[in-house]
Amino acid sequence: MTDITSRTEAALAAIAAASSLDALEAERLETLGKKGWVSLELKTLGGMSPEERTAAAPAIQSARARIAEALEAKKAALEAAALEEQLARETVDLTLPAVAAPKGSVHPVSQVMDELAEIFADLGFAVATGPEIEDDWHNFTALNMDETHPARAMHDTFYFPDKTTDGKDILLRTHTSPVQVRAMIQQGAPIRVIAPGRVYRSDSDATHTPMFHQVEGMVIDKGIHLGHLKWTLETFFKAFFEREDIVLRLRPSYFPFTEPSVEVDVGYSNEGGRRVVGGHGDAPGHAWMELGGSGMMNPRVLAAGGLDPAEWQGFAFGLGIDRIAMLKYGMNDLRAFFDGDPRWLQHYGFSPFDQPTLSAGVGARA
Amino acid sequence: MKFSLTWLKDHLETTATVSEICDALNAIGLEVEGVEDPAEKLAGFRIAHVLTAARHPDADKLQVLTVDTGEGQPLQVVCGAPNARAGMKGVLGLPGAVVPANGMVLRKSAIRGVESNGMMCSTRELELGEDHDGIIELPDDAPVGTAFSDYHGSDPVIEVAVTPNRPDCMGVYGIARDLAAKGLGTLKPIAMPAFTASGACPVEIRTDDAQGCPAFYGRVVKGVRNGPSPEWLQQRLKSAGQRPISLLVDLTNYLMLGFGRPAHAYDLAKLQGAVVARRAQDGEEVLALNEKTYRLDPEMVVIADDTQVHDIAGIMGGEHSGVSEGTTDVLLEIAYFDPARIGATGRKLGLSSDARTRFERGVDPEFLDAGLDLLTGLIVELAGGQPSEAVRAGSPPSQAKVVAFDPGLTTRLGGVEVPEGEQKRILESLGFTVGEGWQVTCPLRRHDIEGPADLVEEVVRIHGLDKVASVALPRVEGVARPTATPQQRLERGLRRAAAASGLNEAVTWSFLPTWAAEHFASDQPLWVLANPISEDMKAMRPSLLPGLLMAAKRNADRGAPGSRLFEIGRRYFRGANGLSDEKPTLGIVLAGEKTPRGWQSGKAQAFDAYDAKALALQLLEAAGAPVANLMVMGEAGPQFHPGQSATLRLGPKVVLARFGMVHPSTLKAFDADGPIAAVELFLDAIPPKKNAAFARPGFTPPALQAVTRDFAFLVPATLAAGDLVRSVQGADKVAITGVRVFDVFAGQGVPEGKKSVAVEVTLQPGEASFKDADLKAIAEKVVAAAAKLGGELRG
Repeated sequence: MTDITSRTEAALAAIAAASSLDALEAERLETLGKKGWVSLELKTLGGMSPEERTAAAPAIQSARARIAEALEAKKAALEAAALEEQLARETVDLTLPAVAAPKGSVHPVSQVMDELAEIFADLGFAVATGPEIEDDWHNFTALNMDETHPARAMHDTFYFPDKTTDGKDILLRTHTSPVQVRAMIQQGAPIRVIAPGRVYRSDSDATHTPMFHQVEGMVIDKGIHLGHLKWTLETFFKAFFEREDIVLRLRPSYFPFTEPSVEVDVGYSNEGGRRVVGGHGDAPGHAWMELGGSGMMNPRVLAAGGLDPAEWQGFAFGLGIDRIAMLKYGMNDLRAFFDGDPRWLQHYGFSPFDQPTLSAGVGARA
Repeated sequence: MKFSLTWLKDHLETTATVSEICDALNAIGLEVEGVEDPAEKLAGFRIAHVLTAARHPDADKLQVLTVDTGEGQPLQVVCGAPNARAGMKGVLGLPGAVVPANGMVLRKSAIRGVESNGMMCSTRELELGEDHDGIIELPDDAPVGTAFSDYHGSDPVIEVAVTPNRPDCMGVYGIARDLAAKGLGTLKPIAMPAFTASGACPVEIRTDDAQGCPAFYGRVVKGVRNGPSPEWLQQRLKSAGQRPISLLVDLTNYLMLGFGRPAHAYDLAKLQGAVVARRAQDGEEVLALNEKTYRLDPEMVVIADDTQVHDIAGIMGGEHSGVSEGTTDVLLEIAYFDPARIGATGRKLGLSSDARTRFERGVDPEFLDAGLDLLTGLIVELAGGQPSEAVRAGSPPSQAKVVAFDPGLTTRLGGVEVPEGEQKRILESLGFTVGEGWQVTCPLRRHDIEGPADLVEEVVRIHGLDKVASVALPRVEGVARPTATPQQRLERGLRRAAAASGLNEAVTWSFLPTWAAEHFASDQPLWVLANPISEDMKAMRPSLLPGLLMAAKRNADRGAPGSRLFEIGRRYFRGANGLSDEKPTLGIVLAGEKTPRGWQSGKAQAFDAYDAKALALQLLEAAGAPVANLMVMGEAGPQFHPGQSATLRLGPKVVLARFGMVHPSTLKAFDADGPIAAVELFLDAIPPKKNAAFARPGFTPPALQAVTRDFAFLVPATLAAGDLVRSVQGADKVAITGVRVFDVFAGQGVPEGKKSVAVEVTLQPGEASFKDADLKAIAEKVVAAAAKLGGELRG
């Protein structure tokens, strides 16, 4: 008996002293393995009489249980230590830079065009397009500017030496208004469209570039009048600038394609050297700024678009997209729009996830 | 156009202030572009009396003055003017005043050690004239201490932009008429100076071109004394920005600027025979008053005598017969020219003038006789002389337009209710006659009135656009309907997909230098501008890549490590009927560093053709193109590296995209450092998506798990991996659901002229799991398929 006890104590001491899983396994084989002495002792029980077995079994079984428990515990401890050691070896310096995914951007002109489309879609306007290389009929004649019209000369038009097969001059459209004519001819009335796009004038200085962006708006229906025009522009600017204090001033003006013609001014103030739209232009610290031209469609233009001016009335307006983008987002140099400088594009451009929506507000804040 | 308040008040009886007048001008459509108020300019300058003048102790040319400013102690002022002397009165600028001529702010200072408390001013310094030889000398009775602007008379000058439809407002009188209609005062009748004409006009006047010059009125005044104009006339012309020249010239300018009526005065001594309005002969030349010679053609109207052309009709007079200081006898011309022909002539000659501006927009056909009499009367009054009777060749248009007007249209079109009585008052105050049943007769000067809409404009602009209330557009019921077309949705989505893949959207010019456009041109002729603004902006782009390459080069020149740019825009080609075909396109340029050098990655990495391919496929997929069916083919174009570029096609003909490395010679042409990768997606070639329903087909994952088998083949080095993949894919169209290249190797262990391509083949069991025999059969088919392309299975 004492033999088992002493051998058990010795085995437990050896298990406790085991410094590796291999050593521990050796000890397991020594004790609980097939040929281990505990296993052999257990086998002797089979040859004993019941009385002998009752007397001898507890000691042997106890030895087996204690050794098995000790082996299990030591194994867990050794594994935990090994894992800890492995993890310690795997430590990395997380102050080192990670690889940055390149960040892209959407150009402010595109962003504002998407904003326009979103706002005007809510007012029932579709987006129309037309060619930029136009004939002079669509760009001028149909808009009540025949060949001798002085306003033609004021348009600083880029011409091509080419002619259409029916002899019309070909030019770069000077405004988005020819899309009015095309939309009328294609879709008839009633109609509500905006037409954003590139336009061209042979004019270049600090504030003018030979290519820029305009948006045309047109509504034709029965009973449309100047009050509707005013409301539409007010409603648009309130939504675009997300301010309720937008005040518009309409001034009589002249465009061959509208009658009456109206110049649209908006009140603004100077804050920190920047023009901030809002407030009445005659209020202290405020002034008026021209935003664009508009008016009721000239009966001749309706007729050129194939509509009966006695039946249909409409309004049209034109705004500079680059200009309203600058006003909203604070750019001050138009030329930089067309330079492709990634620093500028990253600074003034927009995240692809700033998709304008009415529910989130069409504008993207800095 | 510019005019002084005094000039306006010649014609308008009013008590309105300058700011009230400006508000009214803006309100009626005569946009105020600026107001120059001399009182503001002259703030801080006052009349001073020089009490003593003594030599400066340290400067020969300077004097030290004591000056009485009308208050407090006299001030000491250092002055360099030779005419400064004790007892004189002049104009003193006090510290703080700003010298109008140069913007200098006056300060108390020491000039060569002597304190000076202001500056005695010359006329030039105050922008009142050119004299700078000495300081201003005022009469003895000038009140010392008075602000100089009060003494000198402050006459604000208003500048308005007159729209091209309103030539009747290209004279001060017309502006006064509009203001009177607005209620700003009363229009005064034109003061016509009396004169007595005697004798027939000694010169024969004729118009031989009734179309181009329907009316030519004239009169001779003999025995005039030309010379400087009187002060009132000079002041008016100066306020309009015109330099006074001589009385006769100034009076014709006065008639034009005051009444919108151009006229011309010829020196009678320089004329021979009849003076005739006629078409120019081809090649005929005239030296105009601007000292340039113009070559004329038969489309142009001229005024000529027996010997030569004296006037480009309605645009500019000739140098030869212009009046001079010595002129004593003049022939006055008041004509009516066809506006269209004047415009065409002016454009053709590239010649602008105040007269042309008015004639091409249309002068008042009813103001020929009155204009001639007014000019004659003023000449006789100011220059003396004996006028002849007037002669009149032809007659101006006299048929007044009558518009059947419905005053209700003002509300229906203008959106504002204006009582009928007020509408009538407005129209009549502008010179319209409102007859029975609202038959409105238009004054002949209003060439712009075509129909009822124009009358609505007249009523509304005078009544006030600010009285038009906003009225909401009718809305469709419910939520607004979607409006974007498929093409618009495609471009919007693609733009955000490109930005989300790390590209910056650029907007570059539609026009290029011709060489850059030609470098990317197709077989079609380019669109090249006839009148470009510069050689760099001349030819419409046939590709988006040149503009982006130039931007990438600019960025590199600025020290940017790289550019990842894209643009969505049009390429310009030739279309039907001589018009354009503008193709929506997405261009990408990847230049410089793809990744900077890094502690993990080592050296900085450049972009390669696979970066371009990845973007092309990713964006085509975002655009809804069937990318699984695309073929990789060649012919990306000569601008690309021939061995590192490709096209993506849907069938052999339809090219959806091209991508690859830019050709070294293209880089050289654009002076850009490579390597640069580029992509162009041809958005018009992407087949539109079928109108799919919202609901997707049901989700049915296969019941059994797929298995994969790897095969490595030795194939000819020139074999495209894609061909091998396609061939293997076709080996068993049912079981094989995927073939992916995972290794390509050449070199040690691989025979010369061969390469090893390893593919992972995915096999999808259908109803039952694959048996060993099934897998063996498939493997044999795969090996056979590879063998057709010269591939042999590696051991």
